[in-house]
Amino acid sequence: MADRTVYGTGGLAFDKSRMAWPNEINVFLALILLIGIFELLGQLLPYMNNQSLLFDFNTKRDGTILNMARIKIIILQVSIVGIIALGSTQVIISGGIDLSPGSIVGASVMISMSFAQTELVNGNPNPKAIFGPWAMDLPVIVPILVALACGITAGATNGFLIAYTRIPPFIATLGMMVTARGISKWWSKGAPVSFPTEEFGLIGNGLGGWMPVVIFVSLAVLFHIVLRYTVYGKHTYAIGSNEEAARMSGISVNRHKVMIYAIAGMLAGVSALVLSSKNLTAQAGMGLMYELDAIAMTVIGGVSLAGGRGSIVGTVLGALIFGVIISGFTYLRLDAFYQEMVKGVIIISAVILDQWRQRRAAART
Amino acid sequence: MSDLILETRDLTKYYGGVHALEGANFTLRRDEHVAIMGDNGAGKSTFVRQITAVEQRTRGEIIFDGEPVNFNGPLEAREAGIETVFQTLALADDLDVPDNIFLGRETTKWNFLGPFKFLAYGAMRQATLEGLERTAVKIPNIRNKIRNMSGGQRQCVAITRTSTFHSKLTIMDEPTAALGVQETAQVENIIRNLKEQGEPLILISHNMRQVFDLVDRIVVFRRGRIVANLDRNAISPEDVVAYITGARTGDEYAAAA
Repeated sequence: MADRTVYGTGGLAFDKSRMAWPNEINVFLALILLIGIFELLGQLLPYMNNQSLLFDFNTKRDGTILNMARIKIIILQVSIVGIIALGSTQVIISGGIDLSPGSIVGASVMISMSFAQTELVNGNPNPKAIFGPWAMDLPVIVPILVALACGITAGATNGFLIAYTRIPPFIATLGMMVTARGISKWWSKGAPVSFPTEEFGLIGNGLGGWMPVVIFVSLAVLFHIVLRYTVYGKHTYAIGSNEEAARMSGISVNRHKVMIYAIAGMLAGVSALVLSSKNLTAQAGMGLMYELDAIAMTVIGGVSLAGGRGSIVGTVLGALIFGVIISGFTYLRLDAFYQEMVKGVIIISAVILDQWRQRRAAART
Repeated sequence: MSDLILETRDLTKYYGGVHALEGANFTLRRDEHVAIMGDNGAGKSTFVRQITAVEQRTRGEIIFDGEPVNFNGPLEAREAGIETVFQTLALADDLDVPDNIFLGRETTKWNFLGPFKFLAYGAMRQATLEGLERTAVKIPNIRNKIRNMSGGQRQCVAITRTSTFHSKLTIMDEPTAALGVQETAQVENIIRNLKEQGEPLILISHNMRQVFDLVDRIVVFRRGRIVANLDRNAISPEDVVAYITGARTGDEYAAAA
């Protein structure tokens, strides 16, 4: 009875150093490898003139080693979709899928921007005004709450449909994707909503333009803690891992699913705020295909589409890989067509690699 | 307080026209281990599913811990104190041992956070190690995922889960059906431990040797009816086989056969 080790019971030998390392390390190595490949290509291609993707060796000019301008572009590019990916991560870990956040962004930018407009543009009445004077120059908290409410409403609707009508998440969120896009076009009959208040503009442009990154990173840290250390997180993994077992263990699976999808919707609302604020306008087509990019980041980050496995850390790294690829192609001056082709290849390779790794891990133990 | 932890009266379940379980009168004392035996389709699992409320009975009464009960689902049965090891085990493959043992009833801190209250990982790990020791289960690393564990280890985790929380009645549905020799021995040890602690158990098993080793009483089911209620010390395995196959029927059940 007494032979207990630090790790288990029965006194059986257990060598911690031989445990498979966490998948996040693989994703991190892939990120480093990709950066390396782009660096190398940049050095090899004759027209690049010794430019570098991330490093600025010409310290006399910039005063830094890292090329902050380019790093900022990379992180900014992924922040807005990354916020959505934080929600997709939770949905996919729970064994579901969410196709709607891109359209929820579309609907949320239109509706929330309508509450963020200024009355006077250069001394003239706002030409894009949606509501009367009562909705002009409202405090910035109003559009923020409106956007969050839009996201939560759409997300919770997804959750209710999935939990209580038992239709597959793919179908429920596909319906929401089409419906929410319809709402975003109907809201102003397709016309853009523009000219927000100055404070609203800070959401996407504050802190010297770093605000989206700060929001993304703070939310990532928050949800990392939530998924890893709270009951909500544990039950999310349990449902994705074995829904029947979760039910039998007394987890209210239905209520939990509503919560997961509502949170995913809320994050789409946050993403909408940042996006419309950064562009100082809202258009019905905003957020198109964001859901697929978010799912791609999640999958690249090692979240299993079968549910039960993955982490926020992985998704953030997956998002960075995504950003490095996009900006890397721009940096190598390759056409955007190639970006999309390679994006597809990378998503599929990520899933193949993950499955291969799982099989190997299962064979070893 | 009644001497009986569980009693069923005229417990009956029809699936459509099939009489899967017919008029089962069953009793279990507070410190007793009882085996339920019978051929496939004899009504053993149906009987358990009525008690644990996985299904709702057609008619009859279940008296648990002195009170008639009507559970709406397995969760209510568990909350009342009936712990069941189902044949499917009901483990979450991607979680580790403490997570599975405490699934749905986690030890938490900072409870004011509602659904986002924090898990007390340390306390749960400690309790898991103690639970595993009590049941003498050997698991080298409790942080390992269930996915990476052998059939025997999984079974042991499922059983440890039922014994970590103080239950009033444990039901095991063929706990050793898929196990090797050593793993079977480990599960049997857990059952002996339960016996020493005086916790009642209903064991469904096809293994005659195991049943004779472990329990006090054997109840035989045949074609949906209880056909014998036998004291382990008064009979031989051959007798039990005779009851199972229908060569003999207990005197008090003669009308049923």
